[in-house]
Amino acid sequence: MSLWEYANPVRFMHLSGRILPVAGLAAAVLLTVGLVWGFFLTPDDFRQGSTVKIIYLHVPAAMMAINAWAMMLIASLIWLIRRHHVSALAARAAAPVGLTMTLIALVTGAIWGQPMWGTWWAWDPRLTSFLILTLFYLGYIALWEAIEEPDMGADLTSILCLVGSVFALLSRYAVNFWNQGLHQGASLSLDKQENVADVFYLPLLTCIAGFVLLFVALVLLRTRTEIRARQLRAIALRDRMA
Amino acid sequence: MIALLIRDLRLSVRQGGGLGLAVVFLLIVVTLVPFGVGPDAAVLSRIAPGIVWVGALLACLLSLDRIFALDAEDGSLDLLATAPIPLEGVVAAKALAHWITTGLPIAFAGPAFAALLSLPAPGYIWLFLSLLAGTPALSLIGTFGAALTLAVKRGGLLLSLLVLPLYMPTLIFGAEVARRAAEGGALQTPLLLLAGITAGCAALLPFAAAATLRAGLR
Repeated sequence: MSLWEYANPVRFMHLSGRILPVAGLAAAVLLTVGLVWGFFLTPDDFRQGSTVKIIYLHVPAAMMAINAWAMMLIASLIWLIRRHHVSALAARAAAPVGLTMTLIALVTGAIWGQPMWGTWWAWDPRLTSFLILTLFYLGYIALWEAIEEPDMGADLTSILCLVGSVFALLSRYAVNFWNQGLHQGASLSLDKQENVADVFYLPLLTCIAGFVLLFVALVLLRTRTEIRARQLRAIALRDRMA
Repeated sequence: MIALLIRDLRLSVRQGGGLGLAVVFLLIVVTLVPFGVGPDAAVLSRIAPGIVWVGALLACLLSLDRIFALDAEDGSLDLLATAPIPLEGVVAAKALAHWITTGLPIAFAGPAFAALLSLPAPGYIWLFLSLLAGTPALSLIGTFGAALTLAVKRGGLLLSLLVLPLYMPTLIFGAEVARRAAEGGALQTPLLLLAGITAGCAALLPFAAAATLRAGLR
């Protein structure tokens, strides 16, 4: 019994069919609890007032935007090394979800930045590298859409994902060099003393867990749809041949 | 590889419009900017390095789709893929040919055009050096992008969407060198980082581009 058995589409469909409703339900429950808890049951920040509450959408979305790209990178590597079709389809399925997460992070960031910094947008390193990440997602999705032959599309987008990851990291640190930041540093970490206060921390963790599960559920759903679409195409092709 | 390089150079010269096009395009960009932002010399001299660098990126982009498209059309790419030299070598030779026909002329013309934007005097030599150090990376990244979009019909727009984000680190460090030089700051760090990007691209991207071409030819 190894993990690679789930590279078989039939086994993957079987397992994901059982995981999907659980993950979807858990995501809905955690997000409802976390957002209601965060929005209505936590105190206002003494300097930022109630605008601090946008953190419950902004931070989880930003985290998932980066994690989604990391997941695509791993899936692309698996496709290039072991050529499991489910892996390539999962990378393809994750891209629009990741793009949506970057957009949520950028838009909520702008809404948060307007009252706090007095501007919707600043050429701050973090903001800029997120904008660049958005462009990478757009290029990746556009390349998938442009190529009709599925295996070649998977090959090309996987290579783009690898090269893009290197350049995205490079841009991340290059923009640090180029401009000083307005955005605060990391305020969530496991080893640092300075974290957000506990009142905000627990609902935030709930929201983050909710976003992770939401991402898993959406990617599974989209991968399953894609596998079914391929099966349909194969059946249609066989009928035409017959 | 040398024969291939000479063949590519000869083709781009004889095709007409291949060699001078990038430089003329850069001149047009530099001419358009004062119409857009006004003829104030103080403003222009401050943005001059950035304009020349952005213009150089766009000028490089113009001729990228030619790198593989013509060879793929007449079938010589298939011959090159089965030739005794490795595909990585073919890609490197093509990137070098692209650089000699676009990057190198731009590196010489860029500082001259920056005079139109009244760049301060200490900036010229460093703008030249930064273009010289950075444009090979642009050609290499562009060759990779051209290999990616080879299978796409009318992939020109897609090519720019894929390649321009990859150009960002090069642009940041390249323009920073020229800007710091014009303002009299320390420029060793960005120049070394720029050269590092070029060296890294030269070492890695031919392999990525060759892998892409193989996927397309399979």
